[in-house]
Amino acid sequence: MSGLLIFLIIVGILIFFVVGMYNSLIRLKNQVKNAWSQIDVQLKRRHDLIPNLVETAKGYMKHERETFENITRARSHAIKAGNIGEKIKAEGALNDAMSMFNVVVENYPDLKANQNFLSLQEELTTTENKISFSRQGYNDQVLFFNNKIQMFPSNIIAGMFHFKEEEFFEIEDVKEKEVPKVKFS
Amino acid sequence: MWELIRANKRKSILLFIFMGCILILLGYVIGEAYLPGKGGYNGVFIALIIWVIWSMIGYFKGSSILLSLSRAKEVTHNIHPQLFNVVSEMKIAANLPAMPKIYIINEEAPNAFATGRKPEKSAIAVTAGLLNRLNRNELQGVIAHEMSHILNRDIVYMTFAGVMLGTVVMISQIFLRGLWYSGGSAARYRSKRSNRDGGGAMMIIAIVLAILAPILTRLFYFAISRKREYLADATATRLTRYPEGLASALEKISSSNIKFSTANNITAPMYIVNPLKKTERSLTGLFSTHPPIKERIKILRNMSHGVNYNNYQSAFRMVTGKGIIPTSGLKDSKNIPVKEPSKDTSKQLSVKEKKREFGDLIRAVNGFVFLTCVCGLKIKLPPNFKKPEISCPRCKRTIQMPLAKIAAVASAVSAGEAIKETPTLEPQRYIRKGKMWETITCSCGNHIQISPSFMGPKASCNKCGRIIKIL
Repeated sequence: MSGLLIFLIIVGILIFFVVGMYNSLIRLKNQVKNAWSQIDVQLKRRHDLIPNLVETAKGYMKHERETFENITRARSHAIKAGNIGEKIKAEGALNDAMSMFNVVVENYPDLKANQNFLSLQEELTTTENKISFSRQGYNDQVLFFNNKIQMFPSNIIAGMFHFKEEEFFEIEDVKEKEVPKVKFS
Repeated sequence: MWELIRANKRKSILLFIFMGCILILLGYVIGEAYLPGKGGYNGVFIALIIWVIWSMIGYFKGSSILLSLSRAKEVTHNIHPQLFNVVSEMKIAANLPAMPKIYIINEEAPNAFATGRKPEKSAIAVTAGLLNRLNRNELQGVIAHEMSHILNRDIVYMTFAGVMLGTVVMISQIFLRGLWYSGGSAARYRSKRSNRDGGGAMMIIAIVLAILAPILTRLFYFAISRKREYLADATATRLTRYPEGLASALEKISSSNIKFSTANNITAPMYIVNPLKKTERSLTGLFSTHPPIKERIKILRNMSHGVNYNNYQSAFRMVTGKGIIPTSGLKDSKNIPVKEPSKDTSKQLSVKEKKREFGDLIRAVNGFVFLTCVCGLKIKLPPNFKKPEISCPRCKRTIQMPLAKIAAVASAVSAGEAIKETPTLEPQRYIRKGKMWETITCSCGNHIQISPSFMGPKASCNKCGRIIKIL
């Protein structure tokens, strides 16, 4: 009798732990999702802004067909991208196309004086900054979630219910990683 | 980040208690000087009552008083898109629960302050001169500094400490002046009537204390203020990850010598740099509200290896030989590298154009309506403009007034609200063919002409008021 009772108590405690761990994993997963949606809003906004910018620039830049085609292609790839891995790749390509465009713009002083172009560029810059600031928050959440999945004992629960590790949103930018070596006296 | 806020709290509370002790002592001694034996506790009681009432006012109404004292006007995205964007970027970086309200002050001297008793209800105010002078990255640095004041809960402490200082100053002023005007006769009379030695001695102690107390409290107040400026710089670089932005902003702000007309002694510590120039001479002294700017810039420029608190600490140690951040705030040692500056989207302007832009900003903040004539001339109308049409000063064309819009803007200004874009008809888009005279047909059937020199982002139909975006 007492053996059965002890057995039941142990089972009860085990179930309690499993449920608690499962719930905390779900909560973390949702936090990751929420952080991602913050980035996603900004990415969408960037996709919406780019055609306007291109449209404005086209009037001034008659001989830059290739640059525009690159941007349009990269943008449509970025919009179509499904999972996070694809998105990171597509956004990287879009970044390259946009930085190429920015280099070309330097040759068109008339365009750089256009009020509409400037305000669109300001919106694009702020969206890119927002992406980079919310990326930090997303990566922190992913690190936390992945740690939980890999560490004992939550890794058992994660394995049982097929929780998968999330991907970091790292943009491969050499410039960002380099530390400038400047000394001031 | 949270550790730093907590450590901050402990240090501030200590200084705060010191200031409170001075206040209580002052109340006691003055009370005792007037009514030996039983006046002491009454004095303390009165001093505390004054402090509590002032604190309540400061806590609940402080930010609106400060904003109205500096004649700040609330703005939205349409008045200054860059400012709005930079604030919303920093809101994401700082993970603030709500977007702070944004104000512009009609001042040419570059400066900024933050206010609000909690992060959910905060406001950031910048002067028009600041916006006129700084580029995007510098503005980001300044906004991040102000955001850090909100994040580190500096504003609440500075409000309470400022009120404490005000109370001490007020009580000693009343006492000393009362003594002066009565020629000391009242005191002599009272001391004769009561215990001869006790009262007289108490009176001398009271006079000495009334002179010393405001000086002492001011020292404590300024010590808190200076420390918090450094900490806000540290948090700001962590948020922007670009110390040079704030450094060059501080450099530009300090190099300006335009007088700030709406700042005074009490509001001075709220600003990013001290708006009162006369204290600039004794910048390194104990009596300054802000740390010396040169030192702040030097520290920021020494942070080339990363932007977390450890980096700020070591840069600070290199420049001043001391530490500034409590060790508990240095726990998160994850290295955050310095970021590339974001692209500057503002136009390169000549001095004359800058002046014009400054004037336009102030007009926009104060509810002027801008119209662009067909010939390309920008016409600026004051909020109380009532005529239905005017003729363009350059080309003499008659221009219909968007009276509904002027009225809406004027009412928003008089109600003290932010000017919002009036909801109108669905805007139309027109893609410009080149640099020549072009005719646009509005959806209402009206024709609008634009000239070769037309550079504006949009035109409005003078019949139905529809906005036509010109690409």
